[in-house]
Amino acid sequence: MTPPTDSGSGPAGTVDGGTVLSVRDLSVRFRMRDGSYVRAVTEVSFDLAPGECLALVGESGCGKSVLASALLGLLPGNASVAGSALLGDDGLDLLAADERVLAREVRGRRAGLVPQSPAAHLTPVRTVRSQLTETVRELTGAAGPAGVRAAAARAAFPEDHLNRHPHQLSGGLAQRAATALALVGDAPLLLADEPTTGLDRDLVERTVDELRRHTSDHRALLLITHDLAAAGRIADRVAVMYAGRLVEITDAAGFFGAPGPRHPYARGLLNALPERDFTPIPGMPPELGALPPGCAFAARCDRASGACAAVPALVSGVACHHVEVAHA
Amino acid sequence: MLELRSVTAGYDRRAPVVRDVSLTVSAGEAVGLQGPSGCGKSTLARVAALLHRPDSGQVVLDGETARGWRHRAPRAQRTAFGVVFQQPRLSADPRLPLAELIAEPLRSNGRPTDGVRELAETVGLGADLLGRRPHEVSDGQLQRACLARALALRPRWLVCDEMTAMLDASTTAALVGVVEAYRRESGAGLLAVGHDRVLLERWCDRTVGWAELTSR
Repeated sequence: MTPPTDSGSGPAGTVDGGTVLSVRDLSVRFRMRDGSYVRAVTEVSFDLAPGECLALVGESGCGKSVLASALLGLLPGNASVAGSALLGDDGLDLLAADERVLAREVRGRRAGLVPQSPAAHLTPVRTVRSQLTETVRELTGAAGPAGVRAAAARAAFPEDHLNRHPHQLSGGLAQRAATALALVGDAPLLLADEPTTGLDRDLVERTVDELRRHTSDHRALLLITHDLAAAGRIADRVAVMYAGRLVEITDAAGFFGAPGPRHPYARGLLNALPERDFTPIPGMPPELGALPPGCAFAARCDRASGACAAVPALVSGVACHHVEVAHA
Repeated sequence: MLELRSVTAGYDRRAPVVRDVSLTVSAGEAVGLQGPSGCGKSTLARVAALLHRPDSGQVVLDGETARGWRHRAPRAQRTAFGVVFQQPRLSADPRLPLAELIAEPLRSNGRPTDGVRELAETVGLGADLLGRRPHEVSDGQLQRACLARALALRPRWLVCDEMTAMLDASTTAALVGVVEAYRRESGAGLLAVGHDRVLLERWCDRTVGWAELTSR
């Protein structure tokens, strides 16, 4: 594909050699049957450098998975997308590329996906071996059992379970089968959408460590997760999403350690962990189809004031009227 | 008191996944059962909730031995359990709006369904969400509905099988809060199955590791 003519947004018209993925002002909205819109993702921008792991965290239903689907062109027909997402050295715009390009060049080859519900992602009527064999053959050209065994081993999928069908696997093993499929193509960009759901702590650590190991050299990892412990373990940076917007994007070390998150929502999310206060943030996230005009978190925020009637801009990595930021 | 006595269970009699396991949940007690993926803890939870017939062993509810499983369990025993599963998408009929989903246990037991709105409120679901079908809500919202459904018949025991594994920290804390509020008010017992030791130890009166259960 040629670079996009103009996405009409952001400073990044081209991608320099130091970026695997450059997302600018990505917005996704769904048109509903009654003519209304659900704004699942609003003006999200971030860069992913080679070798970097960015963790995207937030409550369920905040738009995290829609963002991943948008990057892979897997959105349903009633979705419309704005902004740009430039991939790799040639700056292929994932949002503008057509289905042929995405199917033949991008998915599995330049961008691998570790899916959210492996039980739904795997073909139910075929064994894991059969699915791995096909993927290895299509993506690497290798035939024979050695490649399949190596692919299974990379995701710690036990060899004696290869002949099982997805329904014969525990949730954790199904997740490892899906992870094995995603790792086959050695894609420079790896999108992991809740890769550790349903796994026990040991397996979470092994799975994310394997994903992290995959980010050597030129590869980058976008880890979408609600598991803050998993994010804290491997992420270089953390992006917190709320009601479709990034409200904070910062260094992982400072986020999980000192000084801690700056946005009130991010602070509440971290404090809800059982090893911390174990208290939920009051209320629920707003409906993405009926977002308030101002700050979407204001209704649940103990610091809300008149200023929150306006949407706060993301300045120095945080979008809140009540956080002092050092203006660069 | 809920007693599991020398339960052996699985899906192939030659290779049971649970071997000779005993576990007791005293009245009003919250017991956490912690173990790695695929160890058989969910199978044991299903046996405890009378959803899976063990190959051998007994389930005893307040002194009464269970004789039937699933639809063959006597109604009084079957309805003594509220169960919440790990994956709300797989445990919710996609055709049912949330209000119907929550009302289902009431309806199938011939009870009035006028308390649905109140039930939904206790799990933090507003009236605006009750008309939606599962695909129109988030995982967290759907799991809230599944918890409301489990509480609908006011069970004596709650079995939560990885109830929060799919959920973010805030929704996890909120749902655990709902379960605990119900238990305080009703005196119900709890068997919480999970892999997250930190969570179970914070939540339950005592937490048993799968390895300790099976090594006896």
